[in-house]
Amino acid sequence: MSKDSPAKAPRWALWLPLVLFAGFVALVVVGLVKPKNTDIASQMVGKPLPAFTLRAANDARPGLSNADFQTGKPQLLNIFASWCIPCRAEAPVLDELRRQGATINAIAIRDHKEDLNAFLTQYGNPYARIGADDVSAVQLAIGSSGVPETFVIDGKGVIRYQHIGDIRPEQIPDILRLLKEAQ
Amino acid sequence: MLPEIGLGLLWLAAALAGLQLLAGGLSLTANGKGMAGIVRPVAMVQGVLAAAALGILIWLFVETDLSVKLVAENSHSAKPLMFKIAGTWGNHEGSMLLWVTVMGLGGAFVAAVERRLPEPTMMATLAGQAFVSLGFYAFLLFASNPFARLYPVPEDGNGLNPLLQDPGLAFHPPTLYLGYVGLSIAFSFAIGALITRQVGPDFARAMRPWVLGAWIFLTVGITAGSYWAYYVLGWGGWWFWDPVENASLMPWLAATALLHSASVLAARNALRAWTVMLGVVAFSMSMVGTFLVRSGILTSVHAFAVDPRRGGFILALLAIYIGGALLLFALRAATVTEGERFAITSREGALVFNNVMLSSILGITLIGTLYPLFTEAMGTKVSVGPPYFTPVSAMFAVPMFVVLLFGPMLRWRRDKFSRISPLLALPLVVAIAAGGWALAMGVRHVLPLLGLALGPALVVASFLPLRGRSVLRAPLSLWGMVIAHAGIGVALFGMASDSAFTVERLVAAKVGEVNQVGPWSIKLAEVAPIAGPNWTAMEGVLKARYDGGAEATLRPQSRTFWAPLQTNAVSALKTRWNGQLYTVLGDETLSDKGESRWQLRLWWKPYVPLIWIGGLLVALGGGLALLSRVAQDLKRRIARRKGDHRRDEVTALVQGDTVRGDAA
Repeated sequence: MSKDSPAKAPRWALWLPLVLFAGFVALVVVGLVKPKNTDIASQMVGKPLPAFTLRAANDARPGLSNADFQTGKPQLLNIFASWCIPCRAEAPVLDELRRQGATINAIAIRDHKEDLNAFLTQYGNPYARIGADDVSAVQLAIGSSGVPETFVIDGKGVIRYQHIGDIRPEQIPDILRLLKEAQ
Repeated sequence: MLPEIGLGLLWLAAALAGLQLLAGGLSLTANGKGMAGIVRPVAMVQGVLAAAALGILIWLFVETDLSVKLVAENSHSAKPLMFKIAGTWGNHEGSMLLWVTVMGLGGAFVAAVERRLPEPTMMATLAGQAFVSLGFYAFLLFASNPFARLYPVPEDGNGLNPLLQDPGLAFHPPTLYLGYVGLSIAFSFAIGALITRQVGPDFARAMRPWVLGAWIFLTVGITAGSYWAYYVLGWGGWWFWDPVENASLMPWLAATALLHSASVLAARNALRAWTVMLGVVAFSMSMVGTFLVRSGILTSVHAFAVDPRRGGFILALLAIYIGGALLLFALRAATVTEGERFAITSREGALVFNNVMLSSILGITLIGTLYPLFTEAMGTKVSVGPPYFTPVSAMFAVPMFVVLLFGPMLRWRRDKFSRISPLLALPLVVAIAAGGWALAMGVRHVLPLLGLALGPALVVASFLPLRGRSVLRAPLSLWGMVIAHAGIGVALFGMASDSAFTVERLVAAKVGEVNQVGPWSIKLAEVAPIAGPNWTAMEGVLKARYDGGAEATLRPQSRTFWAPLQTNAVSALKTRWNGQLYTVLGDETLSDKGESRWQLRLWWKPYVPLIWIGGLLVALGGGLALLSRVAQDLKRRIARRKGDHRRDEVTALVQGDTVRGDAA
């Protein structure tokens, strides 16, 4: 490096901001134009859950392992986190699903016990079990890339459906139907 | 009739903005010089008209005129007056009108007082300001008319989101807007300077007070917004890296960088292209943030849900203004030479480092905010939260804070580290002592530990540039810098304390029961219903004692609003010198035996108020710096006027002599 700095920027560098901005505009146009599509099937649909055991994410609920899904009864697996903002919107919907008879297990992603407790107190706790996934290892293994996501798992522990993003109130009947079909 | 008058004023203001653009542009051509005379008055009238339109809208909200669609949708006759006024900008259309008004008044203010720049650059700046305003006028008039009528007229209005019904929110958005839109002035200055190729110390000196003003408002806005979220959301956290928060943080980061690079340009005539670039980027970030929040493209707790058509409109504005400015930059920046050179170990070098770190944090915040959008375009939905933002931004913030320990003591152009290294002994000792104290308190995580050590060291180091000066005679701008930098240290200590020391308890308490959180013992004395102007609530009465000391009463509520029907928790806080007790009342639960218990969330947050005290100190420092600039400016102006006056006297004397001479 020369002692006197900074050197004058090369000419192409002056165009860089414009190019980056054009990329931003293109990205946003795609986001605006593309219809919100949340029905993307994961490669894991139709496959059994991989083997995993997660410690309890807080004191109120037990931890979670793949064996918990081999009960003969279809269940939901919700991937969430207290720091995830759409998860707050989703919480009442999950509660409604529970009220209508769905069993919901959860994996909390990269969460802290205190944050999680606060989240559950404020937004409700519809979960039967909550496993803590501190490094997203299980999340990635089951083909989930974000929060929130919800899987429909049949009684043998096979993934039947993956819902990406938060479940909207109008989608409750769909989820219940899928649970029934997984019987 | 009133709404139609408001709309008429808005059209008139838009027409004047068109005239301002035309006349300003023409005045730069060889034949249009005569047009220059009308640009300043037109800019002033435009600003006043926009403000009048906003005034009418506020009046319609105060009167709760339900024949206006916007009022019916966002207000309610039972709402307290302050929130009726705040309702004006608590919605999309109103906040856009506020935006245009602040822009118009900003332009008017520049037109009225700014005399330092060469006249052509000033004309180009005012034309640029009008050009940006025109797009927003078009947006208001064609896509979001705030004065649209509603028929049939409803019996009562919809109200305002209870979360927004808080004194903090009445003043938070206007403050942020003054900041966002104040940056439009820096943007216009940058455009003007690029058009006329006049980028130099004069440009930086002329632009600096405006950037400083906008930056102060942003700082206050972000600080107040953070405190608002902290006590209103009942969540106990102060920063969530929510897209809406990021939308205000990004322009602040850019403006902070701009402020520092403008100082280099003003003092040393270096970093020319970079300063202009930051001028463009800072306002661009305001617009990008606004767009992301309003287009409905990102999910956020407090994003305005707005249809994609409006999103498309703002996107078109973005593309024209930012794209245009960056194109102009690419074409012209090469003709703007970099100016004076300097050694790496110098004040400039430290400021360049600060600029690079701030820009990096800005970059990673932007990437994190846009990443969900990117993956969604690729087919998956992802939420990016604190686990990404906090460590990655700390990666750049920590080195920046380390350089801040000594940077302000370096000399311009060239310095030796050995000259200032002895002075660093004091902050070093403080850092070691504070770090040791934190370790003794049981803090083991790296980031909180670093923050607790660096914060106090920064506070001490901030005062070192004052050494060898008489405290009273040191220039006000130096004091501004000292206080702002010390504020950073104070805030940092508060942030680190929050993650290091916060204790939390969740209990289901019976009335009469005593619970312990940290050094506090808290008794749930009673829970009783109470009623407010447009809500009812269950109010818990908590009797809290710190370490067996005097009793304090806290009254957290669980409020139910009926217009619209919605429940939210209102936290109760007790602040001591060494921290804050934070309490939230949750739902009632009945045990199997039919015994009633109340969910209580209790936090003891040592030193946490320092976060906002630090933020306000930063703003105060900015205020002192601005005051010193304005005072200098006034002094110079008065001196010039006196000079003019004396010249007139001399001329009169000389003429008098001539006359007498003639007579003789």
